[in-house]
Amino acid sequence: MTTSGWFIMLLSVSSASVLFIWSIYKVLTTEGEDEKVHGFEIETPDTRKND
Amino acid sequence: MTSSKIKESWNSRLGIILAVSGSAVGLGNFLRFPGQAAEYGGGAFMIAYIAAFLLIGLPICWAEWAMGRHGGANGFNSSPGILGFITQKKGFRYVGIIGVLIPVIIYMYYVYIEAWCLGYAVNFLAGNMDFATIDDARNFWQTFIGIGDDGDALGLGIKAVGGFLVLVFILNFVLIYRGISKGIEFFCTYAMPTLIILAIVILIRVLTLGTPVAEHPDRSVNTGLGFMWNPTKTHVEVLDESGSWVKEQELVDADRIATTEALAQTDPNKRVRVITVWEQLLNPQLWLAAAGQIFFSLSVGFGVIITYSSYLGKKDDVVLSGLAATSANEFCEVGLGGLITLPAGVAFLGVSGVAGMGTFGLGFNVLPMVFSSMPMGTLFGFLFFFLLFLAAVTSSLSMLQPGIAFLEEALTINRKQSVALLGLITAIGCGFVVYFSKDLKALDTLDFWAGTFLIFVLSTIQIIIFGWIFGIKRGWKEIHKGAAIKIPAIFRPIMLYVTPLLLIIIFTLWIIISVFGYDLGGGSQEVSSYIKDLFIEPNNVARLSVGLMFLVAIFFSVVVSQSNRYKEEDK
Repeated sequence: MTTSGWFIMLLSVSSASVLFIWSIYKVLTTEGEDEKVHGFEIETPDTRKND
Repeated sequence: MTSSKIKESWNSRLGIILAVSGSAVGLGNFLRFPGQAAEYGGGAFMIAYIAAFLLIGLPICWAEWAMGRHGGANGFNSSPGILGFITQKKGFRYVGIIGVLIPVIIYMYYVYIEAWCLGYAVNFLAGNMDFATIDDARNFWQTFIGIGDDGDALGLGIKAVGGFLVLVFILNFVLIYRGISKGIEFFCTYAMPTLIILAIVILIRVLTLGTPVAEHPDRSVNTGLGFMWNPTKTHVEVLDESGSWVKEQELVDADRIATTEALAQTDPNKRVRVITVWEQLLNPQLWLAAAGQIFFSLSVGFGVIITYSSYLGKKDDVVLSGLAATSANEFCEVGLGGLITLPAGVAFLGVSGVAGMGTFGLGFNVLPMVFSSMPMGTLFGFLFFFLLFLAAVTSSLSMLQPGIAFLEEALTINRKQSVALLGLITAIGCGFVVYFSKDLKALDTLDFWAGTFLIFVLSTIQIIIFGWIFGIKRGWKEIHKGAAIKIPAIFRPIMLYVTPLLLIIIFTLWIIISVFGYDLGGGSQEVSSYIKDLFIEPNNVARLSVGLMFLVAIFFSVVVSQSNRYKEEDK
């Protein structure tokens, strides 16, 4: 592997990683992220009753 | 009936991000991307890839998220309904059918490949994957998937794909029946983190392989990384009898390049040719490959994001969510896929052993051979193919939801009915693909027309609708409703002018090169096999495959035209 190969690889991998980590961090720390009232316990649309 | 239903929605923002990134992360991240990057010279490919990501992928992605949420807030969850509502023109419902057709058709063959991944994982666990040569691995694959003759893939048993196909088909429909939150989101919430952890474990194993074959010191992880990432290509060329320079081999290691250059100076029949980044960037195929990889990788123009985002609340953020989902995909593709597949293959088989192997060759011939050769290969082979299986399931689930949403919306039927109907359509299509397994002709044909051609068409249409029909001013405002971050203003003219223009140019080039077979460099022309199969040297399976696509499209068109829901909307 050449020096420029190392440079391209480290730049690409670190850019993708930093963007990913920053995005997830921002999602998890942004205010106003209210969970919906229902959870995974909801039934399928067939079995749910009307509002 | 729809008025009596509670609107489905995502459980959390992280849930939809994991679902969208799960849709995007698939076999392409771990198998297709490394092959494309290596073929087009690492650094040069990455320049085009990043440009395509910023100028095409992200803009379409944000446009789809915003249009989907807007459509969902107004009671539509399917691509026909959303595009019809956004444009306020009922004719666009028929255009929107493409956004249902693409995922449904792709599902028909993707689930077959998903079954290969599960089958390979199970066979590694069972100790059936002990290959001495690459030919052994290839023979196993060909027998397993039934590539020899039509009907060969229908076998059951651990060394045949049939049983695994039934299992994964049922798994997909069970999860899709459970709904957006309890099915798709639930599965992706566990599958995506698991997938990333597995990939990191395999990555550590691969990067610590060193030089695993003692008699071939030139085969190493370092060489594999160089093959993948070196921005310039270095070819050793020799003079043939006619006096032309022909490529003998590709050099990757800095030391070998220096040694060979010194040797070549003393040999008039040999030369070392360095192809620079700029030379490679002048190749239109490189730009097509990079743009194509972005399309397939991000799931844009698929009809999936627009459906998934329609289940958001009308002020739920789409900017950060869209960026997070795409960045998760890029991390899996560049940060994990780009460091695993080729370095592992080159470490055992050398550059010549993996060059030009293609996605399936790399994934199902080279890597099984590699895993069966490395210490604890049974475990790592199982983990890798289980990783691919998880990636494939999160993608195939996303291919079903647009169809489910469309049938429920247009026919006002309930989940059981929509699952049964879509199950029947996809089972027939999947059965067709699996039966006509000889040379994977049906799979290949559908992949070309639905998985490539139609994606270009839908992406172009969507970004034009967003910028020019919905209007960029309105669209920009819509995107930023409830946004956690602001999109840089430069993206506004990009979404209005640059993205549509680039898409039209790339689509035109793709038609010229990949369909009509013009070699822009050499001036020669040979029509692609996909056109030959249909019109010049007719192939029945290829024609039937395209016929299948038309049948499904006609069925969806009839559904749209007869939909009471849409008729009520028009009043």
